[in-house]
This record gives sequence, structure tokens and C-alpha cells, in this order.
Amino acid sequence: MAEPQKNAENGIHIRNLYKIFGHGAAGYVDMVKKGMTKAELNEKHGHVLGLKDINIDMPGGDIFVIMGLSGSGKSTLIRHINRLIDPTAGEVLVGDADVVKMNPRELRDFRRHKTAMVFQKFALLPHRNVLENTVYGLEVQGVPRARQVESAMRWIERVGLKGFEQKYPNQLSGGMQQRVGLARALTNDAPILLMDEAFSALDPLIRMDMQSVLLDLQKEIKKTIVFITHDLDEALRLGDRVAILRDGEVIQQGTAQDIVLNPADGYIANFVKEVNRGRVIRLDAVMAPINAGAQPASVRAHADTTLDEAATMLTKAGQTELSVVNGNGEQIGRLDLQRIISAMVTPAAGN
Amino acid sequence: MDWLTRFPHMDDDTLRVLKKSIDEGFRGFTRAYGDSIEGFFQPLQYFLIQSERFMTNTPWPIILLLIAAIAWFATRSWRIVISSVVTLLVIGYFDMWDDTMKTISMILVCTILSIVLGIPIGIAMSRSDRLQSWINPILDIMQTMPSFVYLIPVVMLLGIGKVPGLIAVVIYAIPPMIRLTNLGIRQVDRDVLEAADAFGSSSWQKLKNVQMPLALPTIMAGINQTIMMALAMVVIASMIGVQGLGQPVLKAIANQYFTLGVFNGLAIVGIAIVFDRISQAYGKRLQRHLEVIHG
Repeated sequence: MAEPQKNAENGIHIRNLYKIFGHGAAGYVDMVKKGMTKAELNEKHGHVLGLKDINIDMPGGDIFVIMGLSGSGKSTLIRHINRLIDPTAGEVLVGDADVVKMNPRELRDFRRHKTAMVFQKFALLPHRNVLENTVYGLEVQGVPRARQVESAMRWIERVGLKGFEQKYPNQLSGGMQQRVGLARALTNDAPILLMDEAFSALDPLIRMDMQSVLLDLQKEIKKTIVFITHDLDEALRLGDRVAILRDGEVIQQGTAQDIVLNPADGYIANFVKEVNRGRVIRLDAVMAPINAGAQPASVRAHADTTLDEAATMLTKAGQTELSVVNGNGEQIGRLDLQRIISAMVTPAAGN
Repeated sequence: MDWLTRFPHMDDDTLRVLKKSIDEGFRGFTRAYGDSIEGFFQPLQYFLIQSERFMTNTPWPIILLLIAAIAWFATRSWRIVISSVVTLLVIGYFDMWDDTMKTISMILVCTILSIVLGIPIGIAMSRSDRLQSWINPILDIMQTMPSFVYLIPVVMLLGIGKVPGLIAVVIYAIPPMIRLTNLGIRQVDRDVLEAADAFGSSSWQKLKNVQMPLALPTIMAGINQTIMMALAMVVIASMIGVQGLGQPVLKAIANQYFTLGVFNGLAIVGIAIVFDRISQAYGKRLQRHLEVIHG
């Protein structure tokens, strides 16, 4: 079983990353640094600016979500982490190693032992059954067959595919195929899991289901997960931290709550409008200070509780006020139903 | 206005000298290197003789059983097994068994040689656009140049016999093998290749685990085409001493023996159909995993 890997060694740090698509791209980085825009570069030189000055820190052991619409460069960005795409300039540091500077051999070792990837279109080997697909990463590493199978069977069962080992991908539904993709990545037992729009091709219900599977798994595996999505709800649900990408630039990064409460610009505010705030905002962000001398409310809730959960607690208890407590059980604030509801409602447009 | 009605061509004398010097150059080359080239092809000669000896010396019921067994394991279809056996029985009944065995032996060696040479060339070609742009026109020449033309240098170098016949047949039959290997590998889904890369596959692991298995149905189509084209060359190859069903046909052409020609021609058609059905059904069986769709 994978040890909890919450440590700096598996954090990912992206520094001043640029990607320009086209011939002799390196020659254009300076122009972009001096302020040439994506449109100008394309018009004058016929080159496409994929990523511009990306700086992101992904702490080890967390789920980091990169969200953006199509064409924002999010799939390009995740492919820089295991260098399926070579950057034009910049650094990708995993622990102490710069992925960009690795030679082909080091890169292959890095991909075999440090990362595993799940793909939007599943990318399973159609001529191999579920078991043979799942062992692929270990097979490539040269692990003995018995250990390959043992490890694969455990993850196949864990993602709920027990009994399907001998089926071919074509015999499975999309959701089941992506479970295979997930099992294949987990069997690799790498500390970093790269998920490129892994759930985007699935039906909404199955997608919710897979998100739950992932969150559940993460509690025990504690991997560094980089998750790409175009769906803000998915981003806010999964991400410990979220970065929003637009036209190849990061326009905001922070926790889900940061983004909902303080959108960096109108573009993000527009997105955030449709979000269910009750599920994102936590009590400590909106609580009121303790009233000196007042009796603590009988309902107590941890500061990390979402507004949604708090409202449910209050309704069930038939109360209108609760105490917000920290991890040691000390009261650090209070909140009444009125305040909870007003925080849950989207601020009217124009505010 | 003479130049309008008569195409202005190279001076007659120059042209004659040019042809003569090329001829002499090649003849010199033949004299100088003919023996060593023949030595180079010696293993092929051995291979051909052994395979022909096996096909003609083994008692016919065993050969029949062998072919039926191959047909069964390749196709798992009784229909194909039975029709193959019946075809061979009819051919034997009309007294063409020995010639047919010689032809099958030739086709066998030629197909194996085409696979052994064609697949590596096809793989190399799939990995380099530049190499592809060099090999493609060569393949075009091999397929469109009238076979009689390249029989001339082959015969000058190696004389008349099995080996020059084999070389002529392979030149004609190998292009689909190379082309379809190249095509099959190039058509492998990019997403799947990316996944193989992401898990750290080496280039050999990618070829072995992903590219070849996924290209295999296309490669099988190439093998099928190669067999068919080799059979089509049987008559022409018999002109330079290859024994088998081609020689009676050649005799029939020279002497206007209508029935002899038709019988041997039909025998060629018969074994062509047998090989075609077996290799196609095998190719289909390789794709079984694609047929069961989730529904």
C-alpha cells in the first residue's frame, strides 16, 4: 500500500513556463516577454502562444485543479509536467529535479516511477483486456508478473471492476473504461497522478460518482493529484487549490473559497455566479465574532464545515444559531441562519 | 518545321553508344561479381530446395491433413477447412498434385522472405517521413515496371533457376507488405501512443506492446496481398525455370493446348482462393476484441 506521501518531495513547482507552437519558437519568447499578445504573435509570425509565464506551486499530497475552457492551454500545461510536450522556456520542478533538463533515460524513469496519467478519452489498449491494461505500467517497469497481477487485482477491485478482468475495453461502458484508466494509473503506484479531463467524457451522474471515488481514494493514497477540467463545479468540488487558466495565462489561483468569494476579474465572477456557494464556502469565512458574555449556542460546528452542511444541522436541530469551533473544540465565532442564507445566495449582478 | 512533326530526339549515335556502354558496364559487373552474388543467395537456394522436397516427398494425405489443420487453427471455420480440402482433392484428382505442391512451396518461401524483409522496412518507413518519401517511389517502380524487364538483369546475374525466379516474385510481391506495415503503424491511435509514452515505455516497448499488435490486422492484409501477387507471378516466373503450375501454362500458350491451360489456370485460382480465405479469416479473428461493442 502506498505510504501517505504528503511531503515536499512530490510537490510540483512550475516556474516562468512558456510554450509557443511553431517553427523556431525559442526566438519568439523574448517578444512575448516584452508584451506581445497572443493575437499579435499569431498575426505577425503565424505562431501560436500556448502558455504564457505560468507560475504555479502544487503542494505534495493535495489535489490541484487547473480549470479553463477549451483552448485555454490546460491540456498543454498538464503535458509539461511529464514532458509529453516540451516547453519553449521555463522550469518544471518536481522535488529537486527539473523535468525540462532530464535526458531521455531520466525522463523515462521519471515517467515510470514518479507519475501516472489518466486521459480524457481513456486511451486504453483495445487489444488488451482489463487486467492486461491495468498491469501496463508495471510491465513496462519490468516488475515480476506475479506482483503485477497482485497489485492490478487489488486496484481493479478498489475501483469496482472485480469480475470484469477478462473483458475488453470495447465491452465496457465509458464510466467503466475510465475506471480501468484509473486502476491502470493507480497500479503504477506513482506519487503523482495526472488527470487530463479524466471525467469530462462521462455522463453527469457517472461523473459525480467518479468524483466521489477519487475523493474517497485520495483520503487513503494522499497522492499529488493534478486534475484538469473545464467544469467549475468539478474544480471546486475536487480541488484543494484551483488555478484558472485563460488564453494560456493563469488569471487566478487559490482555494475554491478564495475564488468564489474574491473572483479576480469579471471573467471569473461570471463563472462563479452559477456555482452552488453553500457547498464551497466554509463557516470561518463568513462567521461573526463571539459576543462577549453571550451564551454559546447549543449547535457546534467545525470551522471547516460548509454552509450547506451547517444549514442542514441547524434545520434538523430546530435552532437558528450555531457556534463555530476550531480543532480543539474552542469557540472561535458564531453564525445565525440569516447570515448563512445571505452568504449562500449569489450576490446580485452589479454588486 | 521538321521538329514539329518529328520529336527532336537524342542523336542516334550517341544513343547507341549510351545503351552499349550501359550494357557493357552491367556485363562487366556480372562477370566480376556474378559468382559472389550467387554465393550470397546460396542459403535461399538451400531453403527453396528443402521446402520443395518437403512438399513433394511427404505423402499427400499428410500434406492434406497439415493444410486442413492450418486452416482450422487460423479460421476456426469448418466451411473453410472443408472447401480447402475439397479444392486440393479435385486438383490432385486431375493429376496436378506435384505441380501444385511445387507452386505452394515457392509461394511459401516467397511469402516468408517478403515478411522477413518487408516488416522491418515497413517499420523503418513508418518512423521517418524522409525514408517514406524515398521508399514510396521505389515501391511504385517495383509494382509498375513490367516484370519481364527486371527478369533480364536477374537472369544475367544469376542465370536460370529457382533463385532468380524467387527474386523476381519477391520484387513483385513485397510492396504491399511494406506499404501496409507502414500504413498500419502510422494509423495507430495517437491517444494510445501518448498513454504508452506517459507510462514510460521505451521505443521498443511501444513497438512491441502497442504499435505492432494494433497494426497487425493491417499487416495481415498485407500478407494476404503478398500471397495473391506471388501467385499472379507464377506463370512469369516459370519462364526462367521455376517449376510448378506455371510451366504447363507456358507450354499451353506455346502449343495452343486449350484444356491444359485452363486446368492449370484453374488450379492456380483454386489455391489462391484457399490461401485468401484462410489468411483473411485469420486477420479477422485478430480483430475479435473490436467486434463486441458495449451496448
